[in-house]
Amino acid sequence: MVLTGAEIVVRCLQEEKVEYVFGYPGGSVLFLYDELFKQDKIRHVLVRHEQAAVHAADGYARTTNNVGVAMVTSGPGATNAVTGIATANMDSIPLVVISGQVPTGAIGLDAFQEVDMVGITRPCVKHNFLVKDVRDIAATLKKAFYIARTGRPGPVVVDIPKDVTAQRCEYEYPKSIHMRSYNPVTKGHTGQIRKAVQLLLEAQRPMIYAGGGVVLGNAAEKLTKLARLLGYPCTNTLMGLGGFPASDKQFVGMVGMHGTYEANMGMHYSDVLLAVGARFDDRVVGNTEHFMQESRKIIHVDIDPSSISKRVRVDVPIVGDLGEVLDEMISQLEASKERPNAEGLAAWWRQIDEWRRRDSLGYKNSDEVIKPQYVVQKLWEVTGGDAFVATDVGQHQMWSAQYYRFDKPRRWVTSGGLGTMGFGLPAAMGVQLAHPGSPVACITGEGSIQMCIQELSTCKQYRLPIKILSLNNRYLGMVRQWQELFHGNRYSESYMDSLPDFAKLADAYGHVGLQITKPSDVEGAIREAFKRKNDLVFLDFRVEQTENVYPMIQGGKGLNEMILSAEGL
Amino acid sequence: MRHVLSLLLENEAGALSRVSGLFSARGYNIESLTVAATEDASMSRMTILTTGSDEVIEQITKQLNKLIDVVKVIDVSEAPHIERELMLIKVHAVGKDREEVKRLSDIFRGRIIDVTDSSYVIELTGTQEKLDSFIGAIDAGLILETVRSGVCGLGRGDRVLKI
Repeated sequence: MVLTGAEIVVRCLQEEKVEYVFGYPGGSVLFLYDELFKQDKIRHVLVRHEQAAVHAADGYARTTNNVGVAMVTSGPGATNAVTGIATANMDSIPLVVISGQVPTGAIGLDAFQEVDMVGITRPCVKHNFLVKDVRDIAATLKKAFYIARTGRPGPVVVDIPKDVTAQRCEYEYPKSIHMRSYNPVTKGHTGQIRKAVQLLLEAQRPMIYAGGGVVLGNAAEKLTKLARLLGYPCTNTLMGLGGFPASDKQFVGMVGMHGTYEANMGMHYSDVLLAVGARFDDRVVGNTEHFMQESRKIIHVDIDPSSISKRVRVDVPIVGDLGEVLDEMISQLEASKERPNAEGLAAWWRQIDEWRRRDSLGYKNSDEVIKPQYVVQKLWEVTGGDAFVATDVGQHQMWSAQYYRFDKPRRWVTSGGLGTMGFGLPAAMGVQLAHPGSPVACITGEGSIQMCIQELSTCKQYRLPIKILSLNNRYLGMVRQWQELFHGNRYSESYMDSLPDFAKLADAYGHVGLQITKPSDVEGAIREAFKRKNDLVFLDFRVEQTENVYPMIQGGKGLNEMILSAEGL
Repeated sequence: MRHVLSLLLENEAGALSRVSGLFSARGYNIESLTVAATEDASMSRMTILTTGSDEVIEQITKQLNKLIDVVKVIDVSEAPHIERELMLIKVHAVGKDREEVKRLSDIFRGRIIDVTDSSYVIELTGTQEKLDSFIGAIDAGLILETVRSGVCGLGRGDRVLKI
């Protein structure tokens, strides 16, 4: 069947069972938009800024295990998308981003709205393509989806010049794909797995450290099974939250810069550390030299060989699909007659419980002023811990990670790697579209929300009943916290003056807005918001202005050098 | 430590920039880089001369393998191998220098491939060290220009980089 390039693109997206395309039209993608108009299988969601299109596709992908799709025009459309693409790349989120390009004959001539999209995105994608021949569109899109979703997932950009979308050729969607240069490993090395199981069984002070890979690799259930079989303590990274149930007694909380005392001390003083789908990020282990002062054996399971021994040398590397590797670990364990040393483990748990008693997440609540932590705790209670929670970046993000306790994977949507302010609201749109009828909260701050506030308009157009909880402290809180702690209280440009009345602003966009100033009104406001099943409700909480996120590890310090509260400074 | 990495990659537009971009983005060294199509025109072979600790070289190898266009990567310098580099060097050659330059070129098994009244162009092939010592041996004042291909290399005997 002979079709135009634009028709082929839309057919390919249909073949890939794409439900939503998040995008924004423009000159170079007119033929593509024309084809989207003529069909009704794929729904296009018109955002108000291209960055939001990519974040929305990202939120959709994070909570569904499908590839998110965004479409933008050439030039500024493409560059606006870059922050979203880099965000997805740092967190390994599968996306296909289709960007328009000027006609092939105009490429390189500084044409109107021309930008070298393949060049600009090269360092922040898993892969990218420039399609210069209409006959290559189908095979390229097939590859793009395959690359995005397999191995360590990531965003793939497909840049298509306008003339290519107008040309015609015979269309057939490839049934299978083979790439000699891309064959992600799935099965872990059996010998290495045997070694790992042996080490785990011999451990006196074991710790399981699970990251975002567990969530992305759909391995949460298997990880939980393995952890329970062993009875070992388990911690999650920021990206891994929900990968192990937070309500399980073996869960010791989040690890890292703002993780719990017991998780960080446990990591530091463990003698066998099982890292699963995590990458020893600087926000997790802090100073690696300090971390490596304690001797411990490290087992590292990851789908990406380059994540292994990148920051921290490991003893037993296992490259493979986490689900498959964990399965094999479980069956080897079950077949083995050996069991963990009960006495040693009991002593280790006594130590961990002692650390737990420090209650590192304790905070002083107040009757006078709303504490930001209290808002997150109430959200968790009101939603029964079962909402989808998207966040922006900063203090509110850390409080969300600490006080909203996730029992299920793919409920927690946050920009962990790139730390992109402005991510929360558009990501929540993608989540809400993927899960209509489910409660979706966007926890944000007055700084972050203003980076993509225009999306309130998109939310109106598509009737997305997101609940926005803004922890408004009239400061760029995390910046202010660091300035207070490390820059002599000089609050350089971290105070925001002339803030809008957010409740009225929400109202102006056709939503419901509420300002909450008293602690006694917090719970009622959240309940009221979630009762309004069809409305977006913007809750503007006026919170304690100078509350800090604790516990905390300063940059360059070790996991065992936490500051537990302001008194610890 | 000095390492010679050999890569097979898809002969596609942009493949070179993915490799060079990786080195600059992650702060790895490139001493020299050379690339051309292989006997199979759909594939290129690249030789990268780099330096770094064992950990860095391990990361470089892993990161290169992660690039979608890269088919295979080996460190040819980790076992017996052969390295060659080509240099073209144009030297000022008049009077007594003319004879001296010719003699030096012969000693290094160079070939004079262009001659004018006042200059020679010498073609010299060998290891990086040999080319360096030729430059060292010739009077610096006589050198008009030099161009070097960068190192290329392959394993000895049965060690073959092929898919």
